[in-house]
Amino acid sequence: MRVLYFAWLRQKIGLAEEEVAPPETVRDVAALIDWLAARSPGHAAAFADRTVVRCAVNQDFATPDAPVRAGDEVAFFPPVTGG
Amino acid sequence: MGRVVVQQAPFDVGAELAALTAGRTDIGGIGLFVGTVRDSAGGRPIAAMTLEHYPGMTERALAAIVAEAEARWPLAGCTVIHRVGRLAPGEGIVLVAAASAHRQAALEATAFLIDWLKTKAPFWKHEAFAEGGGHWVEARETDDAAAARWATERTA
Repeated sequence: MRVLYFAWLRQKIGLAEEEVAPPETVRDVAALIDWLAARSPGHAAAFADRTVVRCAVNQDFATPDAPVRAGDEVAFFPPVTGG
Repeated sequence: MGRVVVQQAPFDVGAELAALTAGRTDIGGIGLFVGTVRDSAGGRPIAAMTLEHYPGMTERALAAIVAEAEARWPLAGCTVIHRVGRLAPGEGIVLVAAASAHRQAALEATAFLIDWLKTKAPFWKHEAFAEGGGHWVEARETDDAAAARWATERTA
């Protein structure tokens, strides 16, 4: 599974992307965040306030209950501010 | 049918409007919105704004927004150009133009395109302060409200 980070999540984690292999118990976005947050203090800081974290699975916006599986591209970022 | 571009380079408003209407004589009006970099944020002078985006998803999201506008209004064409990278105050950030036989569709589609783009396309703005340091621009509830009004307002 390829995980991408943008804006201040990228800065707090110190990575723009990483390849991860979470256990089978990680079946949705919320569980993936739980698992990622335990990877480093930077990850924990980035996911400390989940109300300001948005997600996309395979380049479509996704909610915390959206399923994730091996091979997916999952991105985490703050609410968008383009325009 | 719509033209969607994500680029670092500046855009030429006149050239884009000319391209949008080239060879067409059925267009009665063109709506245009250009977003530019302000020189201050909350009273603090800004040295530069940097636009980050999600390559791949950005183009998909913009194409979906354009398709939605084309489904809602009878457009002869539309253009969405969004810049990324480091921009100086006064520079253009985004260009949205919609052409139609009549002004109402052109103006409404233009407003729809920029309102939806602001809340549904994966761009993030970082402002560098003139005195040093910087911050990520936070999403505004007024932008969500502006986008939400199009969820219920349907136009032929």
